[in-house]
Amino acid sequence: MKRIYVNEKWCLGCHLCEYYCAFANSGEDNMAKALKDVVIHPRIRIEQQGNVSFAVSCRHCEEPLCVKGCISGALTVQNGVISIDSEKCVGCYTCILSCPYGAIMPSDTGAVQKCELCTKNKEGEPACVKGCPNKAIVFEERGEVQ
Amino acid sequence: MTRYVIIGNSAAAVGCVEGIRQVDREGPITIISDEPHHTYSRPLISYLLEGKTDRVRMQYRGADFYEKNGVTPLLGKRAASIDPEKKSVTLTSGEKIPYDKLLVAAGSRPFLPPTEGQETVKKAFTFMDLDSALALEQALTPASRVLIVGAGLIGLKCAEGIARRVNTITVVDMADRILPSILDEAGSKLVQEHLEEKGLTFHLSDCVAKFEPDAAILKSGQRVPFDILVTAVGVRPNTSLIGDAGGQVRRGVVTDAFCRTSLPDVYAAGDCVESFDITTGQERVLALLPNAYMQGETAGIHMAGGEGKPYDRAIPMNAIGFFGLHIITAGSYQGEDVRMQKGKTYKRLFYQDDRLKGYILIGNVERAGIYTSLIREQTPLSSLDFDLICEKPQLMAFSKRARAKALSGAAG
Repeated sequence: MKRIYVNEKWCLGCHLCEYYCAFANSGEDNMAKALKDVVIHPRIRIEQQGNVSFAVSCRHCEEPLCVKGCISGALTVQNGVISIDSEKCVGCYTCILSCPYGAIMPSDTGAVQKCELCTKNKEGEPACVKGCPNKAIVFEERGEVQ
Repeated sequence: MTRYVIIGNSAAAVGCVEGIRQVDREGPITIISDEPHHTYSRPLISYLLEGKTDRVRMQYRGADFYEKNGVTPLLGKRAASIDPEKKSVTLTSGEKIPYDKLLVAAGSRPFLPPTEGQETVKKAFTFMDLDSALALEQALTPASRVLIVGAGLIGLKCAEGIARRVNTITVVDMADRILPSILDEAGSKLVQEHLEEKGLTFHLSDCVAKFEPDAAILKSGQRVPFDILVTAVGVRPNTSLIGDAGGQVRRGVVTDAFCRTSLPDVYAAGDCVESFDITTGQERVLALLPNAYMQGETAGIHMAGGEGKPYDRAIPMNAIGFFGLHIITAGSYQGEDVRMQKGKTYKRLFYQDDRLKGYILIGNVERAGIYTSLIREQTPLSSLDFDLICEKPQLMAFSKRARAKALSGAAG
């Protein structure tokens, strides 16, 4: 299945992916309106140290510890995409305890949030990938671990 | 066609069904449970009383789970015994259910310490399953004075769940601090102060010496008036089905890494079994939902003849929160440590022999899973930037090669 892959060699540390993510999931039509004077809570996050930077978002693992460990059944795999039902989620954070990539995070609503590859918003495919100016984030098929 | 029978209907049982169906789409599965409910999440009962979930949303799997997976649920029926020779389970009704492969996911039951005068307490409850939570809820009034015996995970989640619906909550525990199974002294103190701010009263290093009809007399001599009692001092694994059938039992049912018991074609998973804790090298009961699910899944794959991986990465781990203060802990607290405290934020990491052994995070729990993974995978700390990993959980602390594998390699 197609996944998001990042290559730190090409990452400029510009944080545009975070802004595109926040916009895509805001439900707003206008980027300026969605993001102006707002503290964003993107589902992709840049790590930065000296001249190294890279983006981290859900890897949509084949053996997802977050889904297996979810106490409420709110995290499920839908056609390979790890998806959160924010109505079911009670915000216990067992998934935050479980995710080896640190890719699941609290949200403003009490439920957790995570990258769902823009399958639930109007983008349809990952906005961070489309918005990355240096192709440091790509969306492609690279096979699975056997 | 293999006939599968599962005793239990919670996380380990669901894990087993999903494990079996990864391998075998056909073999009929029967689930036997003494609870008359569709599979639901046990740990959500405190959220139910708090109003953060409801009976429908707290279902652990969708309404079509049994039908979709070819499961015949025998709900409200209790397994009385197992005959490993004839390969059948006998229900208390006398009915016999034959199996080819059996999973016992019988869970645990609350431990009730015998206390003088306990028969005089009219409103006494436990807090383990949906029915016990609903019974407690029926008794609650805005005037209720609730006494909770036990300052562990169950007792305190119960307290949080009912706090806004009662007048007072008093918690008594023999230990000298709250949540002693997951927190150190400084962490316990911080969380206790937070809970006291929310109106809870604690009597620690104390216990109930005697119940009177409307009050508990503590060992220290103090008198605590109450009208509702919740006992949450601990649980005992339900091992008797396996033990009575001649299977090996210690504190919990003894199983191997594929969840096989010592009885042929009988598996066990979840809160009734012992797991091998890789952080201490000891067998112990790890009554944790993720552990239960993964054991059940491992058992299911193996029962169906699949080439599943052994379940050999169990570690103690807990994510829990009280009144907005989140706590994540994992592993065992041994070796050297680093700690940091600032207001209601607390962090302590334990390391030994070049490995992270355990951690406690309170307040700021972001990305805790990166620490959990270091414990689970037993990653050499010398392969990381130690200062960066102590500062916060971050992939930046890993080598460039490890980062590339994590973020641009095939998904694991």
